[in-house]
Amino acid sequence: MTPAVLEALVDACARALPTVLARRLDDNRHTLLVAGERVSGETLPEPVAEAARTALRADKGAKVEAEGHTWFIQVFNPPLRLMVVGAVHIAQALVPMATIAGYAVTVIDPRGAFASDERFPGVTLRHDWPDEALAEIGPDARTAVVTLTHDPKIDDPALEGALKSDAFYIAALGSKRTHAARVERLSERGFDAPTIARVHGPAGLALGAVSPAEIAVSVLGEMTKVLRQA
Amino acid sequence: MQVQDDVLTTVADWRRAGKDVAVATVVATWGSSPRPVGSMLGVSADGQMVGSVSGGCIEGAVVTEALDIMAGEPPKLLSFGVSNEQAWEVGLACGGTVEVWVEAVA
Repeated sequence: MTPAVLEALVDACARALPTVLARRLDDNRHTLLVAGERVSGETLPEPVAEAARTALRADKGAKVEAEGHTWFIQVFNPPLRLMVVGAVHIAQALVPMATIAGYAVTVIDPRGAFASDERFPGVTLRHDWPDEALAEIGPDARTAVVTLTHDPKIDDPALEGALKSDAFYIAALGSKRTHAARVERLSERGFDAPTIARVHGPAGLALGAVSPAEIAVSVLGEMTKVLRQA
Repeated sequence: MQVQDDVLTTVADWRRAGKDVAVATVVATWGSSPRPVGSMLGVSADGQMVGSVSGGCIEGAVVTEALDIMAGEPPKLLSFGVSNEQAWEVGLACGGTVEVWVEAVA
């Protein structure tokens, strides 16, 4: 790998662009594709280019044989994203844990006293209402949305926004009783039962978690389980 | 996979600081193996490591190869597994097989 290829890779990852590095293992030649454009190396033979597109979609690298050579396709997808709605105590535990697990985290809370830089140093904070924030962010199949406020005024618009998206994991903190009431409200707002069933509530695996950090572990655990389809 | 990005960023920092560096990448796995295809280990010529290509079982052997490759040997495809533990001092305790591509950044 040349230093130029390494620097281009670092740059593409920093800009969160879907990137493929194709190595021809026989002679160690590299082709770098960033957001579908070839930025370095030779044009890939069509079977390898096709394998690169498939690998990006599956977020999984692969070895490919083509034209008498062996290629290795390595995928660098933008990070998974987590939208935390509610800059509460549990969020202060969940945000760093999710960051370690590879998520780019955004905390959404219109209440400035909660979503402050002092409470969340270095974290992307938004102070708009969650429905507006989510409409702008556009959660995709690599995005999770977790509501933590317990306040229907804030949680419900977030859940409605999430249910209209492809988010792979949607969860709402709260007891079984508050979740039943939440299901009722979403139903009155016109969401059908299979759609509402996408909301994991109460959020998290049943670990008997007590402290904010333990609850964060259970939420991150459930998020991982859903992501990996385990 | 963000962890890959961290490896790349660190390796690029080392190189900018004037160090020779190499990158090892998991290119194929069979059976039970601890790290998926695409996982990376960055190595500097002064022996620093970042990331991983296994649960710690083969990193030592990969670093040894990486040092030779940084010193001028060609890039190499390494194979580790229980089936060829005679060929390698190390094997994967989990019973899987893993292929690792090791190349210098040069």
